[in-house]
Amino acid sequence: MENKRAVVSVVGKDQVGIIANVTTILSNNNINILDISQTILQDFFTMMMIVDVQEVGNLDKLQGEFDELSNDLGLKINIQLEEIFKAMHRV
Amino acid sequence: MDIELNEMMETIRMIQLENLDIRTVTMGISLYDCADSNFDQMNQKVYDKITSYAGQLKEVAETVEKEYGIPIINKRISITPIAEILGNATKEQAIELAKTLDSAAVTLGVDFIGGYSALVHKGITKGDQTLLDALPEALSETERVCSSISVASTRSGINMDAVGKVGTIIKEAAERTKDENGLACAKLVVFCNPVEDNPFMAGAFHGSGEGEVVLNVGVSGPGVVLNALKKHPDADLGEVSDVIKKTAFKITRAGELIGREVAKRLGVPFGIMDLSLAPTNAQNDSVAEILEEIGLERVGTHGTIAALALMNDAVKKGGAMASSYVGGLSGAFIPVSEDNGMIQGITDQSLTLPKLEAMTCVCSVGLDMIALTGDVTASTLSALIADEAAIGMINKKTTAVRVIPVPGKKEGDMVEFGGLLGRAPVMGVNDFNSDKLVSRGGRIPAPLQALIN
Repeated sequence: MENKRAVVSVVGKDQVGIIANVTTILSNNNINILDISQTILQDFFTMMMIVDVQEVGNLDKLQGEFDELSNDLGLKINIQLEEIFKAMHRV
Repeated sequence: MDIELNEMMETIRMIQLENLDIRTVTMGISLYDCADSNFDQMNQKVYDKITSYAGQLKEVAETVEKEYGIPIINKRISITPIAEILGNATKEQAIELAKTLDSAAVTLGVDFIGGYSALVHKGITKGDQTLLDALPEALSETERVCSSISVASTRSGINMDAVGKVGTIIKEAAERTKDENGLACAKLVVFCNPVEDNPFMAGAFHGSGEGEVVLNVGVSGPGVVLNALKKHPDADLGEVSDVIKKTAFKITRAGELIGREVAKRLGVPFGIMDLSLAPTNAQNDSVAEILEEIGLERVGTHGTIAALALMNDAVKKGGAMASSYVGGLSGAFIPVSEDNGMIQGITDQSLTLPKLEAMTCVCSVGLDMIALTGDVTASTLSALIADEAAIGMINKKTTAVRVIPVPGKKEGDMVEFGGLLGRAPVMGVNDFNSDKLVSRGGRIPAPLQALIN
């Protein structure tokens, strides 16, 4: 199997420490970030990260940690396998 | 980065805000090898086979759902039409078998199991007759068992003897569940030209041309189409069609990916993708609202059929390009009780029963989840079914009738069916009877359209 990659998406009100908090969770789980893209639209923070989840058994635990952080910061954070985006936008 | 930021945003918005979901993954299971002249053995074999084949269905679907971040709303089972394995079983045994299916569904945690069915579009076998006799009781004494009866096809014509019986069955099933507004009828679909690989309930069954086991997927997303159209308020109708087509393409691609992944992990062959815009009572998840967005003040008014035809066709075109195995019913469903816009159309007296009938000429199925007055007669129901079957037969398309004559209710009352089935305003029927047409019986011959060889 080729690389197993996932997309971490963060959407919500801009505030101090979003990237630090999200990347801390990733690094605690020993997950490498392959690409980051981020923009702010009218105070609305949007970030997408592509991460390497080759070694990660299932994404449940990670999503659990992101859910906690989501609640603390009032953001929406999701992790999902990259294929779903490829399927929808690339032929 | 391979995928652009705005593309990722679009996918996330579709899922989180616009109700894009995989409506159902439905495992089709053949039960032919369960047939046995000893009923108790057959009963046990049916239970064992279903629960072992689908044992992992719910768990695997839920894992895939989490990993890809796209909800799979329903996990369901479709089976060989039960009438085909009944053989010499009695009516009581047929009812017991329905209860066995019900308990298999409970064990597996699936909300519906479809295929308590009979294909009688040309004639009625001994097993078919037993199933038809058992049907009112079987449907009212089980919760999760869905039934479908094929009474007509383009190749065989309309079996009016069967149509006549089904009217009586619907009345009796409603009467037996009068405390629940005739709920049993919501689990019974009467078909013309049914498809063998439909993943959507209540009309799903595992046809005789299917393999041992298969996984079919139904994807929906009226909300996604509605929102896409809202971004193009001034587009002409060709462009409207294009927007729907592109959206349908994306939805189908997502569905196919998920379906194949679930099938792979379960170790069963992937069957078909059914892209059907199936509404729910969730906010903005309405097919009627799409028609209104195209340009109708209220669904049901003049132009409704044109708008529906455009939409149904565009959905098919997008879906066909996105998947190699498009099947099932693929198109747009127009159930009343499950679509807030349809309900509004009826309460505003814009949408009527005759208009709904006309709409079924161009939608993917037929009269669906419509509540009728409690005093409608069995022969009127049969005649309504005959009309719908005729539309399907002549136009070489699937049509279906799923109506609920709600005991004790009058035109204009609102009835609740609960959960996914929603609520519906009770509609009246034509006061003049069709008794003679129905009592003549016999078979309406297959039309010229059948002679295509």
